[in-house]
Amino acid sequence: MKPPPFSYHTPQSVAEAVALLGSLDNARLLAGGQSLMPMLNMRYAQPDHLIDLARVAGLDRIEGRDGGLEIGAMVRQRSVEFSEDVRRLCPLLAEAIRFVGHRQTRNRGTVGGSIAHCDSAAEIPTVCAALEATIRIEGPSGWREIPFREFPAGYLMSSLAPDEVLVSLYLPVWAAGHGHGFEEFARRHGDFAIVSAAALLETNKDGRIARAALAIGGAGAAPVRIDAVETELVGRAGEREAFAAAADLCSGIEAYDDIHASGKYRRHLARVLALRAFTKAWSRAVGGPA
Amino acid sequence: MTGTTRRISVTVNGTPRDEEVEVRLTLADFLRKRLGLTGTHLGCEHGVCGACTVLVDGMSARSCLMLAVQADDCDITTVEGIAPSKDVLHPLQEAFRDHHGLQCGFCTAGILTTLVEFLRDNPSPSEGEVREAISGNLCRCTGYQGIVDAALDAARRLREAGGAAR
Repeated sequence: MKPPPFSYHTPQSVAEAVALLGSLDNARLLAGGQSLMPMLNMRYAQPDHLIDLARVAGLDRIEGRDGGLEIGAMVRQRSVEFSEDVRRLCPLLAEAIRFVGHRQTRNRGTVGGSIAHCDSAAEIPTVCAALEATIRIEGPSGWREIPFREFPAGYLMSSLAPDEVLVSLYLPVWAAGHGHGFEEFARRHGDFAIVSAAALLETNKDGRIARAALAIGGAGAAPVRIDAVETELVGRAGEREAFAAAADLCSGIEAYDDIHASGKYRRHLARVLALRAFTKAWSRAVGGPA
Repeated sequence: MTGTTRRISVTVNGTPRDEEVEVRLTLADFLRKRLGLTGTHLGCEHGVCGACTVLVDGMSARSCLMLAVQADDCDITTVEGIAPSKDVLHPLQEAFRDHHGLQCGFCTAGILTTLVEFLRDNPSPSEGEVREAISGNLCRCTGYQGIVDAALDAARRLREAGGAAR
């Protein structure tokens, strides 16, 4: 199994990468290569041109911006794992990143690559869905930002135009002291999730739920944010019945059958994992700031 | 710069190499076929088995999931490069021998390189942490117990050596 022949390009800037995408036929971007390289080796992907983003300046930073966290597309998953800013401002991502592949793939795999690959079972996109992340994209006519929920266009398909580059991810940060929980069911640690659940909770002064969010990954064609949990939970006490009612909102989600699990089982997992994720998030929220 | 071949400079096990490579050549095939370093094994060639793990600038990576051109300007360590000298084994290699951490040996190179990085980052791991660290490496002979025992023993030996070995 060897990659098919292609020409290899190493742009130094995003503008240069965009220009290459616009001028070359059948070109693919190479980020960390942990999904594209297997696809090349198995010849699922046969690009004539490979445009390596590794030498593009400025895509490898994690920075605070407008009260949130901006993560460059070429930030390695391993850097996220060790980032103090991520741990402090976005502990949900810090927890989820440990489930992304294995040490050997996190050392190479990138945040942008994981999002652009659009695998529904991938952990980073599921976190993006829960946090209502914004994706920043550059193309020939400048940059645009879109909410994460508009980014996936179908199974393993993004809404990126052929001449666009995903440059960064913007994660809004929840209030200090919020609780988070990431739960996943996979056959072994490091595999893609069969189903995963990412939950966030904030408490108010009376010890009730002030804000809630939930996303489920791996069930359907893209991670899905269960918006209705907010109305279900806000104002309620952080009790098991409340979280169980919120988790029940997952019972109608789109879920597919495959060799690993039936759609029915995936919906079951979504409910169970959502309940566990909320329970964990609540205990962290009432435990106070870490 | 474009094209189907490219010149790369890499340091492999301490030796600088300057080579013209086909851009589609994987790092694994570069190491095995061009440099003759066949200690790096290729199992699945799509990033599942972990046998081809090498260290790229000290970080473990699957050499079947990297192109040789991506390793330009990098420092590569393969299993051939982990022992301190030709006659002395790395403490991990000694522990693998003592604890039957290998049978057929196919997965061993990838597990050793993975553990070199892991024990550098985490010199006093728990058994669970060792199992998580090698969760990306498939072994079909040992059932992993000997490997885990060897890793924990190597961690102890490395701590006692005061980090003198790499």
